[in-house]
Amino acid sequence: MTVLAVQDLGVRIGARTIVEGVSFEVAREQTVGIVGESGSGKTMTVLAATGLLDAPGARVSGTSTLGGDEPVQLVGARPAVLRGVHGSRIGFVFQDPGTSLNPLLTLERQITESLETHRRVTRREAQARALELLDAVGIPDPQTRLHAYPHQLSGGQRQRVMIAIALACDPELVIADEPTTALDVTTQAQIIELVHTLQRDFGTAVVWISHDLGVIGQVADEVAVLRDGTVVEQAPILDVFDHPRQEYTRDLLAARPVLDVAGPHPISDAEPLLDVDGLDVSFTVSTPVGRSTVHAVKDVSFAIRRGTTLGLVGESGSGKSTVAAALTGLVTPDRGSATLAGADILGVKRSEVRALRRRIGLVFQDPFSSLNPRSRVQTSIAEPLGVHKLVDGTAAQRTRVAELLEMVGLPADFAQRYPHELSGGQRQRVSIARALAAEPDLLILDEATASLDVSVQARVLDLLARLQDELGLAYLLIGHDLAVIRRLSHDVLVMRDGAVVEHRPAEELFAAPEHDYTRALLAAVPPVRPRAAT
Amino acid sequence: MSAPTVLTHPIARFVARRVLYSLIVLVGVTVVVFALVHLVPGDPVRIALGTRYSPEAYETLRSASGLDRPIVTQFFGYVGSALTGDLGVSFRNGDPVTVTLMERLPATLSLGLAGIVIALAIALPAGTYSALREGRLSDAIVRVTSQFGVSVPDFWMGILLIALFSTTLGWLPTSGYRPLFSDPGGWLRHIILPALTVGVVAAAIMTRYVRAAVLEVAAMSYVRTARSKGLPPRVVTFRHTVRNALVPILTITGIQLATLLGGVIVVEVVFAWPGLGRLVYNSVAARDYPVIQGAVLLIAVLFLAINLLVDVLYAVVDPRIRLA
Amino acid sequence: MTTTETTRVSSWRLLARNPVTAISAAVLLAVVVVAVFANLIAPHGINDVDVPDALQPPSGGHWFGTDELGRDVLSRVLVATQASMRIAVVSVAFAVVVGVTVGVLAGYRGGWLDTVLMRVVDVMFAFPVLLLALAVVAILGPGVTTTILAIGIVYTPIFARVARASTLGVRTEPYVAVSRAMGTPEHVILRRHILPNIAGPLIVQTSLSLAFAILSEAALSFLGLGIQPPQPSLGRMIFDSQGFVTMAWWMAVFPGAAIVVIVLAFNLLGDGLRDVLDPKQRTIAEARRAQR
Repeated sequence: MTVLAVQDLGVRIGARTIVEGVSFEVAREQTVGIVGESGSGKTMTVLAATGLLDAPGARVSGTSTLGGDEPVQLVGARPAVLRGVHGSRIGFVFQDPGTSLNPLLTLERQITESLETHRRVTRREAQARALELLDAVGIPDPQTRLHAYPHQLSGGQRQRVMIAIALACDPELVIADEPTTALDVTTQAQIIELVHTLQRDFGTAVVWISHDLGVIGQVADEVAVLRDGTVVEQAPILDVFDHPRQEYTRDLLAARPVLDVAGPHPISDAEPLLDVDGLDVSFTVSTPVGRSTVHAVKDVSFAIRRGTTLGLVGESGSGKSTVAAALTGLVTPDRGSATLAGADILGVKRSEVRALRRRIGLVFQDPFSSLNPRSRVQTSIAEPLGVHKLVDGTAAQRTRVAELLEMVGLPADFAQRYPHELSGGQRQRVSIARALAAEPDLLILDEATASLDVSVQARVLDLLARLQDELGLAYLLIGHDLAVIRRLSHDVLVMRDGAVVEHRPAEELFAAPEHDYTRALLAAVPPVRPRAAT
Repeated sequence: MSAPTVLTHPIARFVARRVLYSLIVLVGVTVVVFALVHLVPGDPVRIALGTRYSPEAYETLRSASGLDRPIVTQFFGYVGSALTGDLGVSFRNGDPVTVTLMERLPATLSLGLAGIVIALAIALPAGTYSALREGRLSDAIVRVTSQFGVSVPDFWMGILLIALFSTTLGWLPTSGYRPLFSDPGGWLRHIILPALTVGVVAAAIMTRYVRAAVLEVAAMSYVRTARSKGLPPRVVTFRHTVRNALVPILTITGIQLATLLGGVIVVEVVFAWPGLGRLVYNSVAARDYPVIQGAVLLIAVLFLAINLLVDVLYAVVDPRIRLA
Repeated sequence: MTTTETTRVSSWRLLARNPVTAISAAVLLAVVVVAVFANLIAPHGINDVDVPDALQPPSGGHWFGTDELGRDVLSRVLVATQASMRIAVVSVAFAVVVGVTVGVLAGYRGGWLDTVLMRVVDVMFAFPVLLLALAVVAILGPGVTTTILAIGIVYTPIFARVARASTLGVRTEPYVAVSRAMGTPEHVILRRHILPNIAGPLIVQTSLSLAFAILSEAALSFLGLGIQPPQPSLGRMIFDSQGFVTMAWWMAVFPGAAIVVIVLAFNLLGDGLRDVLDPKQRTIAEARRAQR
């Protein structure tokens, strides 16, 4: 039985067409996945289809019918009608659990709100239902948690509460907009499981939006691929994964970093380049209620050989970025040593520091804030040239910058541009060029591709692999995405809560992980084949 | 887990930090206030005596103010006396400074409080309304009006109000003060114009902050969540938007009240209001340093105390602090 | 997480698009021109006493009327405006130079320097603006120089706070971290990375502080502690009008209106600039964070 039937949906804001000609249907106990990269209009589509769109000047066309015993036309419906539907027949789960819950209200209140609005229940009955829901979504000790506030829960738990809120009035349909994107991989797997179970138990229809095909593969029965506001391909999940008809879909599938792909060629005879021993870092954070100490890195040791990549894997809070900060002098470690080709990089004197800084390049995650918005590309890339006095004169600088741009696959005239004139992927390439300008031995890449669209990410990873081959660079590749790590790493180091969990050659670790945590991390990565295939 | 003591409670820790911080600032304030007299180029006592100068009067006043002792001794003497409530004596008329300050304090406090009440009564509804109608004509009207309010000198507004309501219409007195408890009717009639003057300008400033606070909250994801639950618009507005905006608005109110205490100086002069502000003005004109010092110290202390109170309230109201 | 591509329109074009900002800028330009050439434009002398002609309403010969001594109100307003603008610009310039230096140093270096400097700033913030100005006047005696010094000192803390908050924000950006990691000398980082990127909020604050400086100067002059007679000042003109408001409204209205126009223009310009230059709009949260 069709729960939601969307026909020829369109959204226009002013003169711009955001969404056009979108149609899909969701049936009971079925999940429709809507997948697309940023700017594809997937959120707009769903908000328009459910009558929740609130952009000024937006005009919605087409039809969207909520089915069942009392069908309701959602497009162009009166606000009172929509209010009757939202929360009671359609539930919503949004992306950011950190800010989607009102910080001043208890969890109980936030769940019972919709119950009080849509159902005739007494306070006591509402409370009982809230308790039931918290239990159903897997919150431990629900009785106490009823009176807790959102900030007392973890990100994963907050998302569970969002799901509980969405399900409070037993809706026919749940809209989930990137619900796991902001969560750790292990938490993401748990939430996906939870939604499956609840869907089975309550027979809810689900529309799941994501940019991650791997996640969609795990949750959807039918998939609609969106690009620039129109549906490019739409079919049952297995058809889309096994027999994609459109080139764009094929590109999206191919661009996914998958665990099953081969890593780089093993290099056996490389000499050690970076040697880290017993690194230990703590720092104090001040909160309104006082200072507390965070022991971010606990006795970490590893080595990186010349021309190879060490993948440093960990979820948020594992301390992996702090390791990078310690190696580049941005944070002072309490204990430990680190040598680069024999030279001590931690205890070094101010006068000798600059020569050593040359040999380590740094690339960060966020393409928007990795470049000074007020400097042209030329200035940013040439900075290390000036600091280390590597070339003489402006003309030589310009030539070298042009060379570097070419190396990273950008045209030489980009040198005159400002960062805001470049795309995210292009900005990351400029950051890489800047890091290469000093001709370093080691490049530290801290989540360098995590903020990029999947297709762009694939191209940047190819570039990094090529540069490693051509220039003999060593990489310290820091990230949480195991598939990315697999693609480039010769050796892998897994961190958790500041300590080393496992440290082995990549082939061995991915084939036969020894530690439970590593196993859990690997298991949580969405597999290549969609769930429906198993 | 060890038994929770008072000090482990998050509110207690928060309050303790804020009190400590306030005390440090207070020490700094005291140093500055103390330094006022000693930064005067020339001899403060001679300047203060002016035409009444005579060698005996000079010596008397000098030793009475303790200005003949070494600086460090003077400082600790000043602090010590201040802690016991003795802030010296006026250069002008020899009255104990503390007494004079206490006489004048109630008038300023009533004016300040009346002003802030008027300001809130205007700013809260106007700012909220304006934020919820963002971009529309009503929002533009509120914003332009509050811009005007911020740009108007308060003394000018006071004079114009007197000209209109007192001199021309004769409805209200031009100046003076009646204590609240002995003559409530008179108190009201005398306080309306000065409170309006203070309040309207403060309202203009606060409307902008209220609007910014409500806008910031309205853009928050949890407001979208509230809408997605199909809650009635009034509930979304009040329980989710305005109520969450009250927390930052509380902070701004406190800061504004504290600022008002110093800002009423000019209004007090215009309306001949017998408060601390007018006292400071007269003392500056007469170079009556002990009174200036005392008044500045008192106002700064009030300022810090109000800010501290606001912070504590904030800690109590916001569960993120209360249950950190 | 996926990126959202943004294209930024040139700041200046955005500024020109907003009519209110453009008008304010034009008004201010006119005020500056008038202020600079006040002595040339003024039709009468500022102290041409003409008692028989006293308290005349606005007319062809006296556009703004005459005061109780027969002086031409228009001429006095023009010269007074010149004086006010001069005081405001000099004192705010002082506040900017000192405040930004202190704020950037505190924000960039951090550590004990930051703590000490910010405590000093906090102490200054504990005094309401006019009170502190009065205290300075009490020490140094009334007059133009004292007024400039008083307003300059009183407005230094806000620039220190804004500069520090902006510096802290920029300092934690990855591009600064990369520069530090590669060994770029501190003065290059300050010049190339910090200063250009904190300019926005500082420009906004400058416009707003100029507005308040005009108001503060007017208040001090009103109290007789600023510009001393016989030099005309907008504040003192309003003070002198007190006995005559009902019979000669022009004596109070025109000086007051001049103040309102200038201050309003600075405020509107500042707001307009903020929309363009300050990426994180000044909100309550920002104001609070700037307090700490």
